[in-house]
Amino acid sequence: MRNRVRATSISLVVTIGLWIPASVLPQARGGTQTRQAPRAQSPRSAQPVQPAQPAPPAPPQHTQPAPAKAPAGWTQKTPDGQPDIQGFWSTATSVPLERPTACGSREFYTEEEMKAGARGCTSEAATTDTADNGAQRGGTKTPADATPHYDLAQFGLNIKTMAESNRTSMIVGPEGRIPPLSPEGQERQAELAAKQAAMRGHEFDQAENRSLTERCILWNSEGPPVLSPGYNSNVQIVQGQGYVMILQEMMHDARLIPLDNRPHVSSNVAQWFGDSRGHWEGDTLVVETTNYNGRNPFQRISSESLKVTERFKRIDEATLQYEFTIEDPVWTKPWTAVVSWAKTDGPLFEYACHEGNYGMVNILLGARAQEREAAAKDR
Amino acid sequence: MNRRTIVIIGAFFAINLFLASASFAQQRGAAPAGRGATTPTPTPAAPAPATPRNADGRPDLNGIWQALDGPNWNIEPHAADFGTVPQLGAIDAVPPGTGIVENETIPYKPEALAKRAENYKNRMSLDPEAKCYLPGVPRAMYMPQPFQIVQSTDFIMMAFQYASAIRTVYMTDHKPSPAPSWMGWSNGHWEGDTLVIETTGLDERTWFDRAGNFHSDELKVIERISVRSADTLNYEATIEDPKVFTHTWKISLPLYRRVDKSAQVLEFKCMEFVEELLYGHLRKQPAK
Repeated sequence: MRNRVRATSISLVVTIGLWIPASVLPQARGGTQTRQAPRAQSPRSAQPVQPAQPAPPAPPQHTQPAPAKAPAGWTQKTPDGQPDIQGFWSTATSVPLERPTACGSREFYTEEEMKAGARGCTSEAATTDTADNGAQRGGTKTPADATPHYDLAQFGLNIKTMAESNRTSMIVGPEGRIPPLSPEGQERQAELAAKQAAMRGHEFDQAENRSLTERCILWNSEGPPVLSPGYNSNVQIVQGQGYVMILQEMMHDARLIPLDNRPHVSSNVAQWFGDSRGHWEGDTLVVETTNYNGRNPFQRISSESLKVTERFKRIDEATLQYEFTIEDPVWTKPWTAVVSWAKTDGPLFEYACHEGNYGMVNILLGARAQEREAAAKDR
Repeated sequence: MNRRTIVIIGAFFAINLFLASASFAQQRGAAPAGRGATTPTPTPAAPAPATPRNADGRPDLNGIWQALDGPNWNIEPHAADFGTVPQLGAIDAVPPGTGIVENETIPYKPEALAKRAENYKNRMSLDPEAKCYLPGVPRAMYMPQPFQIVQSTDFIMMAFQYASAIRTVYMTDHKPSPAPSWMGWSNGHWEGDTLVIETTGLDERTWFDRAGNFHSDELKVIERISVRSADTLNYEATIEDPKVFTHTWKISLPLYRRVDKSAQVLEFKCMEFVEELLYGHLRKQPAK
């Protein structure tokens, strides 16, 4: 807890620093590109008809703190000279992945809005967007709820364990939404929906019909990209010679990322978390992941062709900026999101999900008991 | 070359031949016969090579490591044997091994020995490995799959391919185990160039191997890991558990670096491979 108060105040400065220079200064990375000023657009016009073919990978277009305005960067190095991003980090955030439609193309809240605690750009945020709308884009449910009924404290989440952010959405750019599905994506969506429909009425037949999370195979937010699982949102990063290890508390899954530019493992080796390769670009750890098995589709739609590029950059002692770019032919174009992780206290506890999966036994036992009861009534 | 030189050379070769055959005989004799004989401790490489070091000056344990000779089948010396599933033929047959237990025999208390026998008889259904459960310590270290050490100053992580098991060795922030867990709670420190890890809080449901060797919740494991050569580590562990054993005992084995260029710890998330075993009897018939 010792760094919490400082963490929040520093990250506030950083995020405001992020916002102001963003529209006027050249990007820190790339240098020559000038950021587009946010355009006033209606939510509808912000989603123009997209070309059928996925656009070539674009460089991520989010803002980095401009060197002139940002506080002195994080300079601590590991003994072997890597920028030191080690520690326990919380992935919890109050920023939704997709922008509330009421925010239009507005990427950041104003200082007044931040102070007032208002989010969603209107008191009736997100009412124009329906869950169906979100699903059509292969994505999420309605993103921001203006009056969340959750008391975060019930999950052990303290607002102070979140890096404060004035972003209206994790997804960057004027649209702030997951791009529309390509024809290929629509086809995949239809296939997945058909599979799900065929499962209706058989959800409790056997363990294999339950969710990956209930089966303790993985937590579906593990990614990569890593999103907050909702609770136990803890990640530990340890750096050894030539490797970065990223461990997620749920479910004790460690990604071992080599930094020596070796090629990806054979395409025959498809994995739940894919195959990650990393390198340093200045102070930023860039990790590229391919070789997904496609069985834990990101946003319930990504395919085996998913490629994720993550960028980890430590902003200060208490804040890690986590950015990811998604490329997958199911979407009409690549998209990028950014979120801040706050330093948190360890340790991570062992999340031995499978070993204690009494829930699965009880679910199946319950279903069989109900069937017996129903059969007895019919007799 | 005069006669005397020939005699000297001849004697030199004869002595060498004698020494070589004597040591060969000794090795041959020790392996099958040696009940109560000396430890199968790996011979330290002599002369000791310069220990590879990290930037922080500590011995470099980073790498992908794996045990050989199948101690996971049975940590005591054992001959080849039938498997538990005849349909699998030689695939499931037990390969022989010289064992990793010092003095060859685990010092069970009599009642514990009976339980081990029971475990062995029912190993197919009782072995936590069959259920894809986390392997615990020390078993994780000699599972027949690689693991990777990621070493920093404050933490030494061990990430195992089997079941995505993970060990966190706390090098600076030593705390008592907060709660029992499958992989235990590990506090580590350096004694010279040897990494010493004390692990407690181990769940009593883990085993030492597929042969039913077991422990209780009072298990305490003290491991000593040191660099043996550029591509091998010396690994030894002292096992304490007054509930199950008459006295502490030791295992030791070398860990080999996976030197293949493509070596990588991959995913062996076996949970879905054991659903038939664990939940098959609860399946709806016919299921969809």
